[in-house]
Amino acid sequence: MGNYTELLRLLAYLVGIIAFAALNAAYLVWLERKEAAHIQRRIGPKEVGPYGLLQPLADGIKLMTKQLIVPAGADVILFKVAPLLILAPAIASFVTIPFSETLVARNINLGLLMIFAFASLNVMGVLIGGWGSNNKYAVISAARAVSQNVAYEIPMLITAITMVMVAGTMNLNEIVMQQPNIFKWYIFRFTASPLMPVAFLIFFICSLAETNRAPFDMAEAESELVAGAYTEYSGMGFGVFFMGEYANVVIGCSLATILFLGGWQSPFGVPADAHWSLFLFKPGILWFLIKLYLLCFTVIWVRWTYPRTQFYGLLNLSWKYLIPISLFNLLLTGAMLKVFQS
Amino acid sequence: MSGYFNDLFSGTKSLAVGMGITLKYFFEPVVTLQYPHETLKMTPRFRGHIDLVKDEETGESKCIVCGMCQKACPSGCITVEGEKKEGAKKKTLSSYTLDFTKCSLCGLCVENCKPEAITFSKDYNLAGPSREAYVFDLVKRMKERCSP
Amino acid sequence: MSHLAQTQTQETFVLNLGPQHPATHGVLRVKLVMDGEYIVHAEPVLGYIHRMHEKMGENRTWAQFMPNTGRLDYLSALSYNFGYAAAVERAAGITVPERAEYIRVITTELNRISSHLLWFGAFVLDLGGFTPLLYAFDDREQILDLLESVTGSRLTYCYFRFGGVYNDIDDNFVPGSLAFIKRLRARMPMYHDLVTKNIILMKRLIGIGPISAEMCRRYGATGPVLRGSGVQFDVRKNEPYSVYPEFNFDIPVYHECDSMARYMVRMDEIEQSMRIIEQACNKLPEGPIMAEKAPKIIKPAPGDYYFSVEAARGSFGVRIVSDGTNTPYRLKLRSPTFSNLSLFAEASQGMLLADALALMGSLDLVIPEIDR
Repeated sequence: MGNYTELLRLLAYLVGIIAFAALNAAYLVWLERKEAAHIQRRIGPKEVGPYGLLQPLADGIKLMTKQLIVPAGADVILFKVAPLLILAPAIASFVTIPFSETLVARNINLGLLMIFAFASLNVMGVLIGGWGSNNKYAVISAARAVSQNVAYEIPMLITAITMVMVAGTMNLNEIVMQQPNIFKWYIFRFTASPLMPVAFLIFFICSLAETNRAPFDMAEAESELVAGAYTEYSGMGFGVFFMGEYANVVIGCSLATILFLGGWQSPFGVPADAHWSLFLFKPGILWFLIKLYLLCFTVIWVRWTYPRTQFYGLLNLSWKYLIPISLFNLLLTGAMLKVFQS
Repeated sequence: MSGYFNDLFSGTKSLAVGMGITLKYFFEPVVTLQYPHETLKMTPRFRGHIDLVKDEETGESKCIVCGMCQKACPSGCITVEGEKKEGAKKKTLSSYTLDFTKCSLCGLCVENCKPEAITFSKDYNLAGPSREAYVFDLVKRMKERCSP
Repeated sequence: MSHLAQTQTQETFVLNLGPQHPATHGVLRVKLVMDGEYIVHAEPVLGYIHRMHEKMGENRTWAQFMPNTGRLDYLSALSYNFGYAAAVERAAGITVPERAEYIRVITTELNRISSHLLWFGAFVLDLGGFTPLLYAFDDREQILDLLESVTGSRLTYCYFRFGGVYNDIDDNFVPGSLAFIKRLRARMPMYHDLVTKNIILMKRLIGIGPISAEMCRRYGATGPVLRGSGVQFDVRKNEPYSVYPEFNFDIPVYHECDSMARYMVRMDEIEQSMRIIEQACNKLPEGPIMAEKAPKIIKPAPGDYYFSVEAARGSFGVRIVSDGTNTPYRLKLRSPTFSNLSLFAEASQGMLLADALALMGSLDLVIPEIDR
């Protein structure tokens, strides 16, 4: 009997996660279009539904009804597998994300490690899609994506290691529980390292690069490579790439929220009198989503502000700035932990 | 080494300034016109395609069929035909055809028209199903425009 | 990859950039021989939008060619109107009244600003930044509104006539222009903060795409490309025409020879154009807008005439050969972008693809002008 409920629970989560990823992709596109529009002093989608809220639906229907064209000379299997290779790991990563104290599909002790493992699969999708397309722009894009990811995983992982050192666990839910109010969020945990805000920034920049978001979207680079690895994709093939991209953005932002911004914890902490507490003061999914979408908002905001970096500029940034600084932060954190804890 | 940190700080600052500017504009009102719902009024000198001007006295076109517009047109898109009615001194206009597909909206025809018989239309919402839809019979258009 | 051409020394492949490519802004095609992401050899392929403008000129009267000039470079059409009108006026010996010259200068400089603003937006778009384009369009729209109320058209103006201009300016034009200058002056610091001083943009432009003055000379490059290479050459100063000598303005010159220098030249030119417009608006004389003696049917005396003006992209020259009839015997248009593009092949050698596109953007290409 116990096995059944567990199975049902997992199934419910599976459906929930897929629905969440799909809805997210749809409404992040809406948010992206609206936000870009207002930054550029336009209105953006407004005709389909109130505030254009049904626009993603219309877009989805349009994408789904379009023909899937496989270009001549393409490697059919690789070409068709590639979009799934981007989306599937992203969805799998949602399994360990704690949306609230109890709302987590699988509370794995190595949750952080698992997410990074899946995140590194993401680049495979771009590589295979680019290679399988039989398009030179796509191949250039694939090569760019690979070297970009190699450069960016290093500072990201160093920062993650720092966080694991501070938290002492890789269980995401436990990491969140260690940050009960705003002063104890890891971004402001100056007793662990005075460079914590910088570490957050590095993590954020790396997750932008990991997810191929502007200003590091050299793999897509529409003004150079047409659409990079996605050039030859049509209809839902393209749509799935998009869903994958936005799912990855959400994963990156959730991870930043969990590691630095206290996850589902409320910034005000839990008041002593629990009966009195307003909804706002309660820790839970609401706070998680607020923080998550504020970060997503920032990701989009960044995209519509900056020009794209050049390739060597990106590598310079990574090797000259991010890696030394994050390494320094790692050493500093280690030393400070030793001093303060012993 | 100082260049290294200089780059780091000035670079970060420039990025922050950029974000500030876009955020400022994010909260400012939109400047676009919601086109199909709102439209602009064309300026008085707007050069659309040409239209014939009606002579208020006679109710006919002011055109004297001199053919200057036809001669001036660089693209050869105007065809004017007139006939001499019995007993009349001058020619009267029988047909005025504008092939708008060729027109480059230069305005040379209007400039060359002595009796000011042609004027620019303010119509800019032009769409049609075929090429032939743009061969305008201006006499017919004038009559349609003037009849209520 | 079946298209990879194997050579003994290196593995290269041909990348076909265009005619439909987001960065070429038109139907330009560049055949790139690439070694990885490095360009080994670039070959611009032209002719996709060739319309035989020069031949068309031989088949119509002098006045009838005027609309064509606006269709060469549709972004600064008035400079081209200006060049052609002035060339024919020189041939036919027509003197233009002063008021008309002032109006020509004001409208042309407004047009230059609008062209530079559009280039600014499109250039940053090439570099991957979308938002500045829309801000630039917002400002450019004000100019188009001003010009539309005077000329009746927003893009291909066809406003000048032999001996003057088509319409006098309306009451709103001078105050409107001055108000626009005030607005743009207030906006320029924002552009510099958002774009010019942005570290990403600086890293992408400084030192990228060097074009020496010597290379400009060999290819005949003019305009901001030449001035970005440290040569102070501007037809408005070096070979003054119209009423330009009456105004006080500078020719911005940068000696760095890189994409950033060309960028800065154009941004500074916006300011200089604003200065010219201000002075012209304040000094605008009363009087006729058309030469009284201008003949209705132009028949220049037989001969060979040349006139060049400073268009937004460089020096635009019109050479006309007249045989005394009412149509040109030969009409040769010297368009600046053609020369500016020609140096792309040499300048882009050994560059990364993304840098080469930054270089191409900094040349400010308008394809219909190259192909004519």
